[in-house]
Amino acid sequence: MKEVTTASFEQDVLNADKPVLVDFWAAWCGPCRAVSPILEQIDGETEKLDVVKVNVDQEPDLAMRYNITSIPAMKLFQGGQVVKELIGARPKPAIEQELAAFL
Amino acid sequence: MHDLIIIGSGPAGFTAAIYAARANLKPIVLASSVEMGGDLMTTTDVENFPGFPEGIQGPDLMFAMQQQAERFGADVRMQDVTELELDGEVKRVHVGDEVLEARAVIFATGSAYRKLGIDGEERLSGHGVSWCATCDGFFFKQKQLIVVGGGDSAMEEANFLTKFADKVTIVHRSESFRASQVMLDRSKLNEKIEFLMNTVVESIEGDAQVKAVTLRDTVSGSTWQMPVDGVFVAIGSDPRTHLVHDKLMLTAEGTIAVDGRTSRTSVQGVFAAGDVIDPTYRQAVTAAASGTVAALDAEHYLTAHAVPVLVTSPEEAAL
Repeated sequence: MKEVTTASFEQDVLNADKPVLVDFWAAWCGPCRAVSPILEQIDGETEKLDVVKVNVDQEPDLAMRYNITSIPAMKLFQGGQVVKELIGARPKPAIEQELAAFL
Repeated sequence: MHDLIIIGSGPAGFTAAIYAARANLKPIVLASSVEMGGDLMTTTDVENFPGFPEGIQGPDLMFAMQQQAERFGADVRMQDVTELELDGEVKRVHVGDEVLEARAVIFATGSAYRKLGIDGEERLSGHGVSWCATCDGFFFKQKQLIVVGGGDSAMEEANFLTKFADKVTIVHRSESFRASQVMLDRSKLNEKIEFLMNTVVESIEGDAQVKAVTLRDTVSGSTWQMPVDGVFVAIGSDPRTHLVHDKLMLTAEGTIAVDGRTSRTSVQGVFAAGDVIDPTYRQAVTAAASGTVAALDAEHYLTAHAVPVLVTSPEEAAL
């Protein structure tokens, strides 16, 4: 999964051709570590969307811009807009169900 | 066909796995896809688990337990149980489309955080309402927070949150605390922590983010609004029995009923351990001990109900 920074966010997420699921995470967040391999799998299994991650410790500006107050937070961007939001670690089928329209 | 399937991966599940694996039962541990390790995965310093004089981080303790179980042959799978068939000699455990069969099952699913059940809680969950200080405290630098609850977990959350927040108010519905004295003292000594006793949260206000809470004094009955940026809920937990509530006998407290000091449930070959059977203590150490009991009970059951090995063929026996 690609690591996105404040500098690359516009290009990698806002101006991307396809929908991008952004995983806001941190190393000290246990549930983030649990959900990360699931997102990795989803990223590898579909061509229809990209999954990237933002480390909130290193990119506090991005976390603040998108009002992150709870992680893991997964936001789906399409055409530069947030079109879907998932908060908290969930099993793979539950995440896939939420993203069904985009997979 | 497996001998033993353990459902759950907190201290109870992994300790049961260590014992069962050492007894050569080759247990399968269904650890859940996102909650592997249980409640301790969102705990920072664990200071009361014997053997760690300097304390140990919750996730480190759980990964160590997992490794210890795997070292003796436990098969730990990050999968979620979706359905259980527990009647009869062969137990069937559904993991999505896959069905695993075993002669015995240990159920150690722990407990789930209790919700306040008030207006605004669900809607603002993840937008200022949180159940995990270690996950979300970081986002409340220089903010005003409340922690709801009066037990050890409320004290721990409050103390942890003062690393980030300017002020943390512990809102507690009564005058007495369930928290241990050491945890309570630590909170009382913390200059950033204030207490609001005999007070309950009536509702949580805010459109996109938490802005305030409406509080009610349980003695005078008066209500007022307090501006806050975040609400951390630590009012305890309920045993997680949704997979078995119509299959195993439960107690009045909602925990799985077990026979005396054993782990035997109302269904033969099904054992239960940890917070899911414990309405009282609910510590990592008591859960681990309970896991031990379940593994020994399961081992005893499997030996007593050993599949008979045919030494002579049926034809020979008929002669």
